[in-house]
Amino acid sequence: MRKNVTEVFLPETVEELWSILDRHKSADVYAGGTDFLVKQRNVLLKLDTLVCLERMSELRGVRARQDRIFVGATTTHTQLHTDQRIREAFPVLAKAVSLIGSPAIRNMGTIGGNIVTASPAGDSLPALHILGAEVEIRCSEGSRRLPIGEFIRGPGQVDLRAGEIVSGMWLPKERHFQIQSFEKVGLRNGLACAVASLAAVVNVSQKNIIEQIRLAWGSVGPRVVILPQVERSLEGRPFTLQTMRSVVPMVEESVSPMSDLRASDGYRRMVAASLLLRLASQ
Amino acid sequence: METRIDVEPDRRVVDVLREDLGLTGTKESCGTGDCGSCTILVNGESRLACLMLAVQLKERDVVTIEGLSQGSGLHVIQESFIAHGAVQCGFCTPGMIMAAAHLLKTKPRPSRGEIREGLSGNICRCTGYQKIVDAVEFASERLDSEEERD
Repeated sequence: MRKNVTEVFLPETVEELWSILDRHKSADVYAGGTDFLVKQRNVLLKLDTLVCLERMSELRGVRARQDRIFVGATTTHTQLHTDQRIREAFPVLAKAVSLIGSPAIRNMGTIGGNIVTASPAGDSLPALHILGAEVEIRCSEGSRRLPIGEFIRGPGQVDLRAGEIVSGMWLPKERHFQIQSFEKVGLRNGLACAVASLAAVVNVSQKNIIEQIRLAWGSVGPRVVILPQVERSLEGRPFTLQTMRSVVPMVEESVSPMSDLRASDGYRRMVAASLLLRLASQ
Repeated sequence: METRIDVEPDRRVVDVLREDLGLTGTKESCGTGDCGSCTILVNGESRLACLMLAVQLKERDVVTIEGLSQGSGLHVIQESFIAHGAVQCGFCTPGMIMAAAHLLKTKPRPSRGEIREGLSGNICRCTGYQKIVDAVEFASERLDSEEERD
């Protein structure tokens, strides 16, 4: 049972938003509500004020610049994974968000929400890390930017101060990676919270030698797991199953998963390494 | 049909539909977005009524299961569900049909795999899904051949 909420605001402009947040210092902000309204139901919070961002057109949509793309925070997962520019430039991100929840959840849930929820199992997060996403944070006084790895501090913990919202994220359009992959393992095919996931981008030479590789694991640590030592160990070697097998012990040792109701830590370690083997088997 | 109601802004849409408007076709099973039994269409898009607050419906076009068919007959999808034995206890059915309605609008002739994917947010405990997929496949063929779009 939820306690009474006194007011719910639906601002349409940033000016309205700052005015509301200024008058209601302890307001809770949400966009799609697919995480927030579930948490609100499970935790007996006395909420004074709610602000829903879904009508703010300034925060929604994909805007392409010459060398980077801006994705507004309230862009829904459906809007994001069906956007042709995202599908072309960042297929790993399009794939990742297409696997979140269910069709209706994707129509409501937003990329900004996925970032701010900062779940260790957040499906967009590994891809955002390897793509070098920068989070844009705005308040009435101005804005700032942080690399996503610095913005997310821990499970459910982000560098967001009172009066600030995430307004979107910037994705640099670097040279196109030939191989872009995201795989998620869960207890079922839909509406599944990831037990382990891997986002990867790879460039290989004509002779199938790994020139550049970036890997990010989800659900095997409090935050997205990046293993530079594994990446360095793989660069310059053939992009084969045999090469990947040689780094399995390093991967299994370096991830730090938890045991919970979905899977044991041992299983997650194993799957984290297996996902790398699958990458070379595609 | 424009409706004006006076409700507390923090009431969930599923409660407003069922209790304030008497539209009990939309069901609540989990209340956390995991079952799909509360699926409705808002501005033509499938949404979960248990995860929306009443105020979010302001100036929005809402279609519930009660409003899917035009006139006094049943919608092609509803008729197909009945004809294919895709309804047992019926609790998941309104949500399934609304999800199917949205799917067929965005993908007029889906494969069986695409149907399963489109209904992946809706859980059924009775039918084993096979007949539901049959029903949606048949409805998609009917709709496509009649060139009827909702």
